[in-house]
This record gives sequence, C-alpha cells and structure tokens, in this order.
Amino acid sequence: MTMTPVAASAQPAPVEADEDRPRKVNAATADDRFSFAACFIGSGALVWVVYDRLLPFSGAFGFIVCWYFAFLAIYVAVTAMSQPRPIVVDKLAGAVVQGGALVVFFAVLSTIVYTFVEGRHAIIHLNFFTQTMKVTAPTAPLNQGGILHAIVGTLIEIGIAVIVSFPLGVGTGVYMAEVGGGFARIVRTVVEAMTALPDIVAGLFIYTVLIVPPISLQTGGLAAACALAITMVPIIARTTEVQLRIVPGGLREASLALGTSRWRTVRMVVLPTARAGLATAVILGIARAIGETAAVLLTSGESNFLNLNPINNPMNSLPLYIYHGFSSGETLAKERYWGAASVLLVLVLVLFVTARILARPRSGRS
Amino acid sequence: MSVAVTDSTTPVDDDVPRSIDRGLPASDRAFFAGARVVGALVLVLTGSIGLFLFLQLVPTVHAYGFSFFTQAAWYPTYRQVGVLSAVVGTFEVAAVAVVISVPLALLTALYITEYAPRWLRGPLVSLVDLMAAIPSIIYGLWGFFLLMPRAEELARWLSAYMSWIPIFKYPGTDPHAAVTLTSVFGSSAAIAGVVVSMMVTPIACALMRGVFDQAPIGEREGALALGATRWGVIRSVVLPFGRSGIIGGTMLGLGRALGETIAVSLILSQSFTITIHILQRGSNTISYLIADEYSNATVGQLRALLAAGFVLFGITLIVNMIAAVFITRSRSGAATEI
Repeated sequence: MTMTPVAASAQPAPVEADEDRPRKVNAATADDRFSFAACFIGSGALVWVVYDRLLPFSGAFGFIVCWYFAFLAIYVAVTAMSQPRPIVVDKLAGAVVQGGALVVFFAVLSTIVYTFVEGRHAIIHLNFFTQTMKVTAPTAPLNQGGILHAIVGTLIEIGIAVIVSFPLGVGTGVYMAEVGGGFARIVRTVVEAMTALPDIVAGLFIYTVLIVPPISLQTGGLAAACALAITMVPIIARTTEVQLRIVPGGLREASLALGTSRWRTVRMVVLPTARAGLATAVILGIARAIGETAAVLLTSGESNFLNLNPINNPMNSLPLYIYHGFSSGETLAKERYWGAASVLLVLVLVLFVTARILARPRSGRS
Repeated sequence: MSVAVTDSTTPVDDDVPRSIDRGLPASDRAFFAGARVVGALVLVLTGSIGLFLFLQLVPTVHAYGFSFFTQAAWYPTYRQVGVLSAVVGTFEVAAVAVVISVPLALLTALYITEYAPRWLRGPLVSLVDLMAAIPSIIYGLWGFFLLMPRAEELARWLSAYMSWIPIFKYPGTDPHAAVTLTSVFGSSAAIAGVVVSMMVTPIACALMRGVFDQAPIGEREGALALGATRWGVIRSVVLPFGRSGIIGGTMLGLGRALGETIAVSLILSQSFTITIHILQRGSNTISYLIADEYSNATVGQLRALLAAGFVLFGITLIVNMIAAVFITRSRSGAATEI
C-alpha cells in the first residue's frame, strides 16, 4: 500500500488537462496513507507507554513484536470505521503479508551484514589472505598468520569434486532426458532418491569406506572431494534433466528432420539451448558445495599449513576452519573465523552473481 | 496387395518394401552406449551407498538388539547404543523449523508474486535464492551470536507466561526468579529449529512462488472483475491453485531440515533425554550424533552410526517422495479445478 509510488491523480482532482490519464486502480489514496502512518506512529507510542513504561518488560525484540501486533489491531479498527468488511480483511492481509516478507528479508540481510561486520577486523589485513597458521598461534594478533591454506584447500577440494561430478552428473542428466527407456527410469528413481542423502551421511560413508582401515586413505582433500562429489552428482544430474526438458521439443524435431543424428542434435541443439540454465544450476550447486561443512568435517582432517597435495596429509577448508575456530573458543580465533566466514560469503556471492549474469540472456531472449 | 500381384509382371518376392531403417549411425550408437554407461555408473555408485547403509542395519541390530531403535542414550562404552532420542530430537528441530518457516515462506512468496512492485520482484527473487546459497555454517554463527541471546529472552518469556502449553514448559527452572541464568534457555531444540528455519524458508518459498506465479491469469481477472480485493484474489484463486505447491514446498523444506548438521551442532548441546519441552537446554539429532561420535568409534560403533545415518536417510527419502508427489501434481495442472 505504501510501496506503490502514488501519482498525483490519487486525490479526486478537479477537471484539468491531465484528466484523461487512467487512474491507478491499486494506488493508495490520501486516506489510506494517512491512516497507515497514523496507526504506525500511534501503535508505536502506545506500545512504548504500555510495554516500556508501565509493564515490567524491556528489550527491542519484544517491543517490535508488540508494536507490530498493536499496529495490526489499530489498523483494523481504523479501517473498519470507514470501510466495509472485505476491505478491512484485505488491508489486514496486506499488512500481514508485507510484515512476514519484511521479517525474511531482514533476516537475510542481517546475516550478510553481520558476517561482514564481525569479519571486518580480520579481512583488512593483507596477511590474512597470504599467510597460513603454520607458525602462528591462535592467540597471535591479527597482523600475523592467515587463512591462505583454507582458501586454497577449499578451491582444490571443490575443483576435484567438480571435475568428478560434472561429467557424471551432466552425462546422467543427458541420459535420463535424451535417451530414456526402462533402464533410464530406474536410474532416475535411484538418483532422485539419492538427492535425499544428508551430507553428513555422505561424509560418514566416505569415512567408513575410504579412510577406515581396509583402504586407509589419509584424511585429506581427495576424500573430502569424494564426499562433496557424492552429494553433488545426484543434484547436478537432476537439475540437468530438468533444464534439458525445458528445451522445446520442436527444436529437437527440426534438427532430426534435417537428417541430423541424435548425438549431433544433443550436442549442437539441445545442450547449447540449455547452456545458460545448465551453467546457472551447476554454479549454484558449487556455491552450495563450497559452504558444505558436514561432509568435509568427517573426511578432510584439520591442518594449519598450506597443503597442495590432496592425497597426503589433511587439507583445511574455509567451512572447516570456521567450525574448528568456533569449537576452540579463542577470542582472536573468533575474529579470524568471522574473517573466514566473510571470505566464504564473498566466494558464494561471486558465484551467485556469476550465475545470475549467465542466466540473464536466456530470459531476455525468450 | 493382391491386385498389385495380378497386374504386375515382376515376381512376387520383389514387392516386399525395402527397409528404410538403416539403424543408428555409429556416432549415435556410441552416444547411446556412452550415456548408458554413465547412467549405469552413477546408478551403481549412488545405489551402492543406499545399499551399503541399509546393510549396516543387520549387524547393528544383531549386535545391539532391537533396543537400537528404542534406546535413548548413545553410550557405546556401556554397550548402550540407541537412536531414539536422536530421532525424536531430529523431528523436534525439524518441526520447529517448519512451523516457523512455512508461514514466513508463504507470506514472502505471496508478497513477491502479489504485492511487490514489478521492478522489485527480480531483486527479491534473487535475494531468496541467495538465502538458499548462504552456507549453513554462516547461519549457525549468526544463530549463535546474534539470535541466541535474544532467543534466550524470548524462551524465558514463553516458559514464564505460556507454560500452560506443554511444549513451552521448562520443568526445574523458575522463569520468574529475580535472577535467572538465561543461558539455561539457550542451546535448545527450539533455537536450533529457528536457525534451521532460515535454511528451510528459501527452499519452500522458491517452490511456492513458482506455483503462485502460474496461477491462471484468466481466473485472477475473473475474480477482480467480480469485485474481489487483492486478498480476495489470493484467497479464491492463488491459494487454492497453489495448494499442492504449498504442501510440496513444506515437505521439501522438511526434508532439508531433517538432514541439517552444522548449524544444529553449533547451537545444540547434546543430551539424551527424550522430552517434548523444546525450550529445555540440550537435545540431540541424528546428524549431530554422527558428527559428534564418528571420530572415536570402533568398527562396530561405526556400523551403528551408519545404521543411524540410514534411518535419517530413510526418513528424508520418505519426506522427499511425498514432496515429489505434491510437486508433480502442482505442475501437472491438476490443481486448476477449484
């Protein structure tokens, strides 16, 4: 109601030159806006007196909650004085919907802002990105040591996981969407079932199979990448299939009618058409995997030195660094892991924006 | 055919039509074979995980008896290994998350499709998608440092004034006491559920928004033409049309909430008591149990953890399958009839 930019035509203006402009049917009238503002201020004042002064309560959270409910009540009462019941219900529903949406958007933004506010101490130091914690104690000041090992570890693990899971996932998606048949239905059933596999169980599976004695792989990048790949393959396969099914059948038929083979149809027509959607889906999958802690926690081990070898020695990663920093309870570690959380969030944001940019031309063209 | 035979001068055998299907070209045969091999590989890989987990149930039940399902505590050194408290806790956390996030997701989806100005819709959709992409460990930190101190106050208030509702009761504490250690109200299943709801909301919201967007424009306009308010359109067209989407989104979110590990383990402190008092400090979930116990488990205990993982996987699988049924229905247009 207040969101709509209100044109000057809201008031019943006298006959003038711009009379033939159509009236905005959804625009708020002066009455609407005034009653909204009055209820907003009035309920705030009432709650301040009752809640903050008369009753033994305090705290911003309770104040805002009470304010909101008092606002709803007064707003309903004020509207009911001049409007019939359906409009009162409409106003109430509008206020509830906008309030709920506001809570969600506030929660997301507060998460992002809070992460950067808490991480600001660490990320202004250049050494935070170029050094490791190998020779630095957790209690050392922030101008020593850094999280290079965790950043590099994350990139290596994600890199291996993508190299493994991308061909498998996209291949399976192509198989399910373009080849089909009875066997493909079985594959689809199992793949869809495996998207329900919780990440921690995937990590535990890799831990049991690869790290516990018979195979005795060292905890490290490779094991972590395997655990990540296990969680990524079903998701990539399913999103690939969904994206390929969106490609209009007419394009396929036109290609086949020109005498093209099925393989060339898939390679030259179907995949290029779905490319933007595929890239978006895969990048969002990577963004999800980058912050994945549960699977990595069981498989990669913890280290404080730079390790480029995924097979030998543990390899740290950003989420794991944050998790162990949190568990240690050290004050300066706190600023460091908040810094790592900021870096992680920046990585996710970069991937996310890339995905948005890739997705844009598709929606613009069609 | 018989006419052609009598008129024809050529022998009968030549009249059989030439086969025009020359089979697939080599490239296609290779493509189909390759795709099938990849599909089979993924089938074996992923299927074997499910099978492997399932097979761990047998030695586990054999070793610890049926009390694996009925025993609350997980003290492997005393040969007490049970998942009951973890299963109950998992459901409590997930239930709190769903109860909080489904109304919020519904309102947000309605706001984006019905109320937001057109220029704002794209950014808001992106914001909800971004919310799904934020790592769960960051939500965990957010929950621990920003939310928990405030939630402790709220929990104290709830247990003080709402304790006539059994789940808000906190036996053994006096919330009206002049000086209370508010931290006894922290680390509870309820707070963990609130944090998990941050991860559930975008998933449920994205699905609901997609379904609401598809509500038939003709019926919307019909409702408006009959004099419906904006809420009238929502109530009589959008919500009935999107009912399957709402249920599907709820179930999909529930599936996500059940498996969440890290945010929960940052918030929760472990306890094996089975209680319906969700404000009570300490609870347990299956994923937290695994994260907590794996590192010093023997082979037998590892099997038990894998079996617990299978229980979690089974629950998530059932929930996701129910979600899939409703999501398919919401997309098939079956919900158009009001």
